[in-house]
Amino acid sequence: MEDTAIRIIDLHKSFGPQKVLDGINLEVETGKITVIIGKSGGGKSVLLKHIIGLLKPDSGEIWVNGNDITKLPEKELNEVRRSFGMLFQEAALFDSMDVFDNVAFPLREHTKLSDREIESVVEERLRQVGLLTFTEKMPSELSGGMRKRVGLARALVLDPDIILFDEPTSALDPIISLSILDLIRETQQRIQKTYVVISHDILGMFRIADKVAMLYGGKIIEYGTPYEIRRSTKEATKEFLKATKIPGFTGGSYEQQQDFP
Amino acid sequence: MFDAVTKKGLTPLLGILKELGNIGIMFLQSIYWTFRRPFKLNYIFKQMEFIGVNSISVVIITGTFTGMVLALQSYYGFRKFGAEGLVGTTVALSMTRELGPVLTSLMVTGRAGSAMAAELGSMRVTEQIDALIVMALNPIKYLVVPRVIASFLMFPVLTSIANFVGIIGGYLVGVKLLGINEGAFINKIIKYLDPEDIYNGLIKAAVFGIIMSVISCYKGFYTRGGAEGVGRSTTEAVVMSSVTILVTDYVLTSLMF
Repeated sequence: MEDTAIRIIDLHKSFGPQKVLDGINLEVETGKITVIIGKSGGGKSVLLKHIIGLLKPDSGEIWVNGNDITKLPEKELNEVRRSFGMLFQEAALFDSMDVFDNVAFPLREHTKLSDREIESVVEERLRQVGLLTFTEKMPSELSGGMRKRVGLARALVLDPDIILFDEPTSALDPIISLSILDLIRETQQRIQKTYVVISHDILGMFRIADKVAMLYGGKIIEYGTPYEIRRSTKEATKEFLKATKIPGFTGGSYEQQQDFP
Repeated sequence: MFDAVTKKGLTPLLGILKELGNIGIMFLQSIYWTFRRPFKLNYIFKQMEFIGVNSISVVIITGTFTGMVLALQSYYGFRKFGAEGLVGTTVALSMTRELGPVLTSLMVTGRAGSAMAAELGSMRVTEQIDALIVMALNPIKYLVVPRVIASFLMFPVLTSIANFVGIIGGYLVGVKLLGINEGAFINKIIKYLDPEDIYNGLIKAAVFGIIMSVISCYKGFYTRGGAEGVGRSTTEAVVMSSVTILVTDYVLTSLMF
């Protein structure tokens, strides 16, 4: 298998006078968790929407499975999309369907599996996210964390090669956030697929990332392992890390921590 | 100076033209996707139930009282020159040609059009429409087409119901309450009401169904700006559908009759 799952070359996108993506270059490795970190409103979601073809760039290329998806017509683009799964920020479950039907929906639309086979696949996926007993609940009856679990089950149900995560821990309390992060890590280690996560939750992301890309000013200013990012000497990276004031990171104080024996 | 004036005058006009163009594009897309497999019959039936079956009570009440008040008003007019017998004809022609289709469409727009815009709007702002696209499924096919087909089929059915109960209402008020001769009332209806009056009314209703569903879906589909945006889309959907229905009604009537 190729080492690069997604290759982004010199991607530009502006909304009116506002330059959101200003020459993105990034190679996402196959079978790894790549986290794209950046400020809120810094173009992370816009970048993610380009990767799945929801937005078209002004210029640049995005290569997935040997196709430049920015140039593909809708029909072929849909073929490529079949190899993607995505967990949306608010999970984006269909609120006219219960949990079971939500997870079963991609199977019913894209496969010829019998009802019995669909049931076993859906139950398997829901068991993996710990929600097997919630099949008949409607999305409105679930908490934010549960909705994300169902969203993850739905994203994984067709065994996609690449799974995208849009702010998986936003609007969750710290404990639920951790459980979602653990779930992401755990599923990735089991299925060994390519995960792309965008987030501003820097601390949480360092727990799960194999590779971290820093998005700043419309460019990827830094790309490396969490360890390399933490030791970065680049100003913008340091500035971003500094703002989070995490002990042990650039800008976070060791001294303060050492005051407590 | 001249530039400023043209800019001020042209910008809203261009905006309206652009919107009409976009609505037209959505209409064409929904026609295209109507004939592409697989056909989502269960989605269509679900919408037919929502738009049609669940609107029956509203349509019956509206139709009956419209027929009743028509009989009452026309009776007072016709009595002045002793033509009470024409009340039945007036009620029947007004209902089938005009009030049946228009009032039914306006009532269903208020009920179902607002719901369509609100539902699609909240699906847009909670990224459910994006989720469909990411799953490689066409949202026009899954969301818009069933609603347009269901409206196209159910509006004439609802209009027929309104026509029927309207004439019954007119009969009750005219014959039972105001004492118009029963034979004259019914005979004049049979004599002057052509099948064409009914057909054309139903064709109008089908057109109104398409107008309402395409506009409401369009407004919902392209909602922006969270909960506030959903509210705005819903209002705009009802207002724009209603106005368009009334304008189209004049055009169709002048072409048909």
